[in-house]
Amino acid sequence: MTTATPPSSAPPLNQIGAAAWAKKNLFSSVSNTILTIVSGLVLIWVVLTLLIWGFTQADWRVIPANFRLLMVGRYPINLIWRVWLALGLIVVAAGLSWGVLARNSRLFDRRGLIVLGIGAAALVIVLALLSDPISIAISLGLLALLVGLAFVGQQVGKVVPTFGNWLPLVWLVAFVIGYSLIRGFLIGRPVKGDDLGGLLLTLLTASVSIVLSFPFGILLALGRRSDLPVIRLLSTIYIEVIRGLPLITILFASQFLVPLVLPPYIRTDRLIRAVVGLTMFSAAYLAENVRGGLQAVPRGQAEASKALGMNPLLTTGLIVMPQALKAVIPTMVGQFISLFKDTSLLTIIGFTELLGIGQTILANPQFLGRNVEMYTFIGLIYFLCCYAMSIASQRLERQLNSSGTPTVAPAATIDP
Amino acid sequence: MTQPQTEPTANQTGAEPIIIARDVEKWYDNNFHVLKGVSMTVTKGEVVVVMGPSGSGKSTFIRTFNALEPYQKGTIEIDGIQLSHDLKNIDAIRREVGMVFQQFNLFPHLTVLQNVTLAPIWVRRWSKSKAEEVAMQLLDRVGILSQANKFPGQLSGGQQQRVAIARALAMQPKVMLFDEPTSALDPEMVREVLDVMRTLAGSGMTMVCVTHEVGFAREVADRVVLMADGMLVEDSKPDEFFTNPKSDRTKKFLSQILH
Repeated sequence: MTTATPPSSAPPLNQIGAAAWAKKNLFSSVSNTILTIVSGLVLIWVVLTLLIWGFTQADWRVIPANFRLLMVGRYPINLIWRVWLALGLIVVAAGLSWGVLARNSRLFDRRGLIVLGIGAAALVIVLALLSDPISIAISLGLLALLVGLAFVGQQVGKVVPTFGNWLPLVWLVAFVIGYSLIRGFLIGRPVKGDDLGGLLLTLLTASVSIVLSFPFGILLALGRRSDLPVIRLLSTIYIEVIRGLPLITILFASQFLVPLVLPPYIRTDRLIRAVVGLTMFSAAYLAENVRGGLQAVPRGQAEASKALGMNPLLTTGLIVMPQALKAVIPTMVGQFISLFKDTSLLTIIGFTELLGIGQTILANPQFLGRNVEMYTFIGLIYFLCCYAMSIASQRLERQLNSSGTPTVAPAATIDP
Repeated sequence: MTQPQTEPTANQTGAEPIIIARDVEKWYDNNFHVLKGVSMTVTKGEVVVVMGPSGSGKSTFIRTFNALEPYQKGTIEIDGIQLSHDLKNIDAIRREVGMVFQQFNLFPHLTVLQNVTLAPIWVRRWSKSKAEEVAMQLLDRVGILSQANKFPGQLSGGQQQRVAIARALAMQPKVMLFDEPTSALDPEMVREVLDVMRTLAGSGMTMVCVTHEVGFAREVADRVVLMADGMLVEDSKPDEFFTNPKSDRTKKFLSQILH
């Protein structure tokens, strides 16, 4: 590899001004010009109508009046610190992960900094309108904690590169302690499932089903590829049956069928039954995603691993599964996002999660007819949560790509 | 041509055999009879090159040695361990038999160093520091030391194949199998891999190589065998194989590859 590189010159610059860009992309032909103008007018009309409605006709008082209900439902007010503490634990895990994942790059590019600035400002304004000063102070404190821990994580990650391997454990611990705190499992007075509601219940059910369906889905995917016919058959039947049922029927079954089938002396919490239903549903889809990833790993990988004397467990756990999971991160996150949104079906079986509590509030004569305001607000919260997940997954994917197989391999270097 | 001769007549001096394959027969799932009773004995320190037209079953044959391919009839014994369907025996044999693949098959999600240390740590149960020390020595030997912390995707094909050799050697195998190690390489990278294999042969490693590299076979091999249609049709010393083969099939094969 001794190619003499000719003196390289920079590629010709494509300086495009705003006018040139518009001409090239928006007004390149007669039909394009017409389309641009028509869609522009429609856009302006829609946005203007919404803005006029939002500022003149809409009555937003329904939101601040019920903000606490929407966030945490009927969670006992004197125990609300538990929720904050649990949120703090999640922020610790998130901040550390962010920092460690970005250990070889900057925490913010310029765009990220702008987004963070806008986000913080929006948070202050929204909370100022909706909530009490203490909550605002705690929220900003948590945001500061997030960024601070990101810096800490970045520094630790640079010094101890293996720190990243501990992150899943950090998450699991934060998650388990946070959940126990909120439910009051280990300390203090337990909180009844019926007192959980609003965004808190949505996040709890979604995260618990996501966390539980992950190992379950992996096992099902492995089961479907197993050499043992019985396990293969059972896994396949499970996956196909669940995928053939609408989620809502599974949820109904969990609420009404399971208590009928179980002997009367076994009483199960209806929230737990609902979460089990969500988990079972999610696991079947996850299994198919993971199976797709497993099939994408070349056969030679398993062969090379076996040839080194690694048993099937090591081969799957250390060689095949990591590559398979990495390949399906985007589809998996997509599925988790849809599971998050699917928790709104819990409304139909009588839970007061975010959508359900919204409906309960709307049933109050005091707030009659404020449907559009309420649903707009709820929709916005769903969007923010899903968009955050999407951003996090893109970031994770980018980081894994930059440390794993590079998209552009550098030219071969000469060995000494 | 100064490579050290390691017991050139090992197979005739009654040296200790390490691979004994007797009448190995294999059918693929579609009933294709790929191995029709192949027998071969390799003694310690011997370098055997397996040649043959594509589809002759030569890769399949050496892949039966570490049970990557199951076979239906015959027996294979490696270093005194009978290769049966007992999982323990398979693991025991795989620990002693290193393999290098045509497509390298490095683990893309691990660094070069992790690729080499993985099996010693998990299978041999070495400490991480010991595994890394051995790995660094091996990477130095194959000339990749400076790339130890890169990922396989950042290396050239020749470098990847040298890492693959180091990875197999890290388990300190008694036998090394090479399944067309240079066939997927760009021409200018074949040499660096063959050099590593030549040095390895010089160090007394028992090697079975499926390859089309005539130069390597002439220079390094103690024996060259020819497989055709699932049978072993020639088993000679290199000089004899290339200049005065016993079988007509070999003559035909040589006329095709030597132009």
